[in-house]
Amino acid sequence: MEIEAKSHPFDKYLRADRIPHIWCPGCGLGTALNCFLQALEETEIDLKNLAVVSGIGCAGRVAGYINVDSYHTTHGRAIPFATGLKLANPKLKVVVFSGDGDLFAIGGNHFIHAARRNIDMTVICVNNYNYGMTGGQLGPTTPLEARTTTAPYGNIEHPFNLCHVAAASGAVYVARWTTLHVRRLKESMKEALNKKGFSFVEVIAPCPTAFGRRNREPSGLDTLRYYKEHSVIKHGIDPSEADIEIGGDIIVGKFVDIEKHTFNEAVEELIKKARK
Amino acid sequence: MKKEQIKFYSGNIAAAEGAIAAGCRFFAGYPITPSSEIAEHMARRLPQVGGVFIQMEDELASMAAILGASWGGAKAMTATSGPGFSLMQENIGLGAMTETPCVVINVQRAGPSTGMPTLVGQADVMQARWGSHGDYEIIALSPSSPQECFDLTIKAFNLAEEYRVPVVVLMDESVAHMFEKVVIPPENKIKIVNRKKPDVPPEKYLPFKPEGYVPPMACAGEGYNVHVTGLTHDEKGYPQATDPEVQERLVRRLCDKIRKNERKMRDIDEYEMDDADVALVSFGISGRSSKAAVKEARRRGYKVGLIRLRTIWPFPDEYFEKIAGDIKKFIVVEINYGQIKLEVERNVGKEKVILLPKFGGEIHKPHEIYEKIKEVYNGD
Ligand SMILES: Cc1ncc(C[n+]2csc(CCOP(=O)(O)OP(=O)(O)O)c2C)c(N)n1
Ligand code: SF4
Ligand SMILES: [Mg+2]
Repeated sequence: MEIEAKSHPFDKYLRADRIPHIWCPGCGLGTALNCFLQALEETEIDLKNLAVVSGIGCAGRVAGYINVDSYHTTHGRAIPFATGLKLANPKLKVVVFSGDGDLFAIGGNHFIHAARRNIDMTVICVNNYNYGMTGGQLGPTTPLEARTTTAPYGNIEHPFNLCHVAAASGAVYVARWTTLHVRRLKESMKEALNKKGFSFVEVIAPCPTAFGRRNREPSGLDTLRYYKEHSVIKHGIDPSEADIEIGGDIIVGKFVDIEKHTFNEAVEELIKKARK
Repeated sequence: MKKEQIKFYSGNIAAAEGAIAAGCRFFAGYPITPSSEIAEHMARRLPQVGGVFIQMEDELASMAAILGASWGGAKAMTATSGPGFSLMQENIGLGAMTETPCVVINVQRAGPSTGMPTLVGQADVMQARWGSHGDYEIIALSPSSPQECFDLTIKAFNLAEEYRVPVVVLMDESVAHMFEKVVIPPENKIKIVNRKKPDVPPEKYLPFKPEGYVPPMACAGEGYNVHVTGLTHDEKGYPQATDPEVQERLVRRLCDKIRKNERKMRDIDEYEMDDADVALVSFGISGRSSKAAVKEARRRGYKVGLIRLRTIWPFPDEYFEKIAGDIKKFIVVEINYGQIKLEVERNVGKEKVILLPKFGGEIHKPHEIYEKIKEVYNGD
């Protein structure tokens, strides 16, 4: 059977002239992006006011494929760049789309402080347990004992539980899904986009090229199979109980959904006060 | 303000007020001596004019935030000193590469490293030019008084907007902390430049296609769907990170837009240069000590003058080439171990240049400079 199509249903969201993308076969990034576009489709967000900011990495390339105002910044600095963008133009819906290394190693400080301030933005982190772009080095989310190019004997560092970090830092919305949970992931992305304040969605994703093949999951499909067998949905649990271990269950779900005064609201009030 | 005002400001406060007068409505910074008063003043003043102040978690964030704010449509600034300036460098490079108008004030203290946090230095001259990696050019201005802190900060914003480039205001601790009279002109007498916007519809707009040297800038939310990247990019703004021709076209333009407009940005305060055969070259606080020394030397009949650089980068090569023949010796007075000296040497030849350095922590005393002038004449 031949499948032929002149266009993709999401072409309107994409810079079609930049496709094919750079991602490997079996990579989870395409799925994450697809879920995001579906989520967008189901929100009322005016694309004119949407800005997507990325750092550097395979995940950092997302900004370059979405046909909106999009900013591919420096490694780790997507969040402070996005902070400036949102504060200068509060009308914007600002989304940061980046990787685990970008957001939590080199950019970790910015993540916790943006969450603490409750800056109005949605942060989507594609967590593939390693630095895909630079060839599979260990990162802050690499599970203990996993093999990477810089942990050839197995990782000896304790990883971050990103949802726990986000919740503890003050995020008002925190959810985690794998790229197998496309429908639920889309729903969470939609909720995050509609949320006022600092919302966070972690997407656990396969990286067969740089991580999977060193960890007994040589294809993206192997990793998806693992997700199928080991994902456990636990909405509303304390994310500190959702650590990720090699060979263990992956706890997914929506962990935090609260209301809190945002930085933008506080700034508006401050301006009123100062102008009196 | 509708009327001219006379204020008694420190250099730091004057710079902050200059920024607000220029239209700055976003400040992100991280406290550091001797620049903190700028942040403190902005924290108080920006909300009064509807602007946003944010104290970031570090200088990497501060620099990234002002780039973001600039793409959000605001005129944006940060202020720091040596250690913070070092942390900002990667994103200053991003600003240069993505042609993002913004202003960075660096109130220089003595380094390297933590150095002398409360005391003067002028050793970040070269860092201001090429502190980030790769080939690029930016603009740096250096005020010698609170009045110039006000005036040159306005100018820094205007140049940033006109050339779409980060502009550094290279202050020093002495100028930052000295209080003097500052004349604030009436609002309608202050020249304000705003970035050029595209005048074509989105489908016709190429975000990095220059008009002359500088492309018109569409900010977020204006409907142009611009992609901005620090990767080597074509006129569409799309990454072309393996094409040396695109790289050449881009880097050549980024450098040439500054180099080829040097004369327009040139800002030199010449003092007693008409008949001078020896010239002091200086800037910032050292420029003031130099001026006092020239006065004294003139009184005693030495035909010495002063070239005080208000624009440091781009360096006025052509100017120095032109006057090189008339001047026997150039004495470069700076609080570092020879940075502007290298630039002067490059233009007039090594044999004509004498360095009178300080290493930080103190300024030149006029009589020290005067002694040097005497020595140069007597050794002639
Ligand atoms: C300052 C700096 N240091 C290092 C790099 C090299 N680098 C590029 S991407 C990357 C890691 C990206 O990892 P992650 O954010 O997890 O993204 P992934 O590629 O896995 O999607 C590194 C270290 C860089 N670009 N800049
Ligand atoms: S290296 Fe990994 S993260 Fe990067 S594109 Fe390939 S599979 Fe995806
Ligand atoms: Mg990664």
